[in-house]
Amino acid sequence: MKSNNIVLKTEGLIKYFYEPVKFQALQSVAFEAYEGEFLTLVGKSGSGKSTLLYCLSTMDTAYEGDIFIKGEKVTGKKTDELAAIRNEHIGFVFQFHYLLPEFSCLKNVMVPARRLGKYSYGEIEERAYEKLKILGLQDQALKPASKLSGGQQQRVAIARALINDPAILMGDEPTGNLDSKNTAIVYDIFKEISHDFGQTIIAVTHDNDFAKASDRTIELADGKIINQNKKDFE
Amino acid sequence: MKNSINLDIALTHIFTRKKQTFVAAMGVTIGVGIYLFMNSLDSGFSKFSTGEVFKNNAHIKIYKSDEISQPFSLPTDDTNTLRVIINPQITTLSKKIINPEALLATVKSQPYVTNAIAQVNFDAFYNRGKAQVKGAGNGVNMIEYAQMFNTNKYMVAGKTEALQGNLNGIIIGSGISEKLNLGLNDNITVTSSFGVVKVLKIVGIFSTGSSMNDNSKSYVNISTAQQFMKEGPSFVTTLFINVPDAENTEPYVEKLQQLTSYTVEGWKTSNADVVSSNKTRESMMGAISMAILIVAGFGIYNILSSTIMQKINDIAILKATGFRGGDVVKIFVTEAFLMGIIGTSLGLLMGAILISIMSKVYMGGPVGYFPIRHELHLFLRSGFLGMFITLCAGYFPARKAAKTDPVEIFRK
Ligand SMILES: Nc1ncnc2c1ncn2[C@@H]1O[C@H](COP(=O)(O)OP(=O)(O)O)[C@@H](O)[C@H]1O
Ligand SMILES: [Mg+2]
Repeated sequence: MKSNNIVLKTEGLIKYFYEPVKFQALQSVAFEAYEGEFLTLVGKSGSGKSTLLYCLSTMDTAYEGDIFIKGEKVTGKKTDELAAIRNEHIGFVFQFHYLLPEFSCLKNVMVPARRLGKYSYGEIEERAYEKLKILGLQDQALKPASKLSGGQQQRVAIARALINDPAILMGDEPTGNLDSKNTAIVYDIFKEISHDFGQTIIAVTHDNDFAKASDRTIELADGKIINQNKKDFE
Repeated sequence: MKNSINLDIALTHIFTRKKQTFVAAMGVTIGVGIYLFMNSLDSGFSKFSTGEVFKNNAHIKIYKSDEISQPFSLPTDDTNTLRVIINPQITTLSKKIINPEALLATVKSQPYVTNAIAQVNFDAFYNRGKAQVKGAGNGVNMIEYAQMFNTNKYMVAGKTEALQGNLNGIIIGSGISEKLNLGLNDNITVTSSFGVVKVLKIVGIFSTGSSMNDNSKSYVNISTAQQFMKEGPSFVTTLFINVPDAENTEPYVEKLQQLTSYTVEGWKTSNADVVSSNKTRESMMGAISMAILIVAGFGIYNILSSTIMQKINDIAILKATGFRGGDVVKIFVTEAFLMGIIGTSLGLLMGAILISIMSKVYMGGPVGYFPIRHELHLFLRSGFLGMFITLCAGYFPARKAAKTDPVEIFRK
């Protein structure tokens, strides 16, 4: 389901850190991400991958340049508006799962949907159960999140990221804590949701195999894009 | 709970930290309970002591106050000099209010006056054989007087009505009756400072519990009192006036003062000692009980701050997935609210129990059982303050939590 529709675009993205000394972490970063694309961000440690992802995520607003999501300029919007955009259009997966430990897996997955409030509680429950099924966790649905293995917890976190059917799924080293078997599972899931459901994936990774298997890889060095392989999209 | 994710999260935090929730709520319970109890003690005692005042004081009285002699200038032949005699001293010859019926009628016609009566006071000596008790006689219309001062409540023998139209009757304090060993229907010899001697029949005995009253006071008809003072029927010393709001007599005093040149005085002025001791007690009790309540607030503040520190990852992911700052505030203020509700309800219950116990404690003397009651407005105030302080104590950490920058957390 790759297409030429741009889902996310940046123009001249510049980011400084002022503590402990003034430091430019991003230097005029410009790229586009397409609907249904599985995109990976690679680069040496400290090259600015996470910094870029947090700007794209709308959580970090202290940057120069512009970011557009689904054609809409998000730069300069109020924090509450950005929260609503994240809720509806962006899913997140991190290296750590960040599940609410007291909630069951099912209830964890339901959280963003209950914030959105588009569906009834029963419908959300059903949808959350569906997502868990896709991730092979239907049997774990009612267990407390803290009782699962690391790989299972990460998959619950992915189910939570997908509950509102976001246009973009962002991940900061989502497989960083996983063994090769679980990494492969996550990779398959990402491929499936981008290609079968048309959702865009932007994932920071250290893992070369993971990057190679994606549709496109953007390489950063010292806060600059040094390589973006566009072969599939021209 | 099913509809609100914020409430669901708040309840989860509360139920998974039962012990801390309980400790914080207990703090509020003790704070609210003590606050309610101390303020009820204070209010009960203040009511009692003002009640004592109103046993023989009206809200407002009108009387003729002592006059000081004015400088008196004498004519001289020399226009450049002026002879003045100055000898300041009390010149009041009589405490008489001139034309009291007219004044009483005017006062009674004021819409804000609920009750007004005239009184003739005289110094009296109660005798039986050689025994003598010194006291104060009050000439009143006993029916009206009893209505105003609830005298019927204090009658231990006879009836106030028995004095009506009975110029030879007298109602005396229980102290006088004991000292002179005189009972109902006995005769008592009363002498005034004007040398008038009368033998009167005791038609009633009262006991207010205040020894000053019981050992000295007596009531006779106005005309009897006028005879004791060798005065005519228009002689009146004091007008007693009641208004709707005893706590707030000043505006009425001002209005009444415009009607007459005699001194108009509110009870708070005549009883400044009672008022000021009430106020002192009120501020002491208020300050102590408020301090306890505020300490309870710090308990809530602590518990929420520690919850927030523990749950900082949860807050970060909630914000990442689109919860607004306002949602985070709601979650933690809800937690404070729930602890506040539990703590405040138990606190009101505790206060109510303490009040019940206290009201059964016998203090003796004129006080009797401790004058404390369950007063609705104090329950409302304690409940409101308990909730208000809890919510404030919850709001500040909640706002701090809402300002959490998720990026900072995820970078760690
Ligand atoms: N909060 C911060 N304050 C100051 N410097 C930071 C901060 N976060 C990241 N940096 C710096 O910005 C650069 C890029 O960091 P990051 O985006 O985390 O790199 P990557 O994810 O590619 O490893 C690094 O040099 C890092 O030290
Ligand atoms: Mg990184």
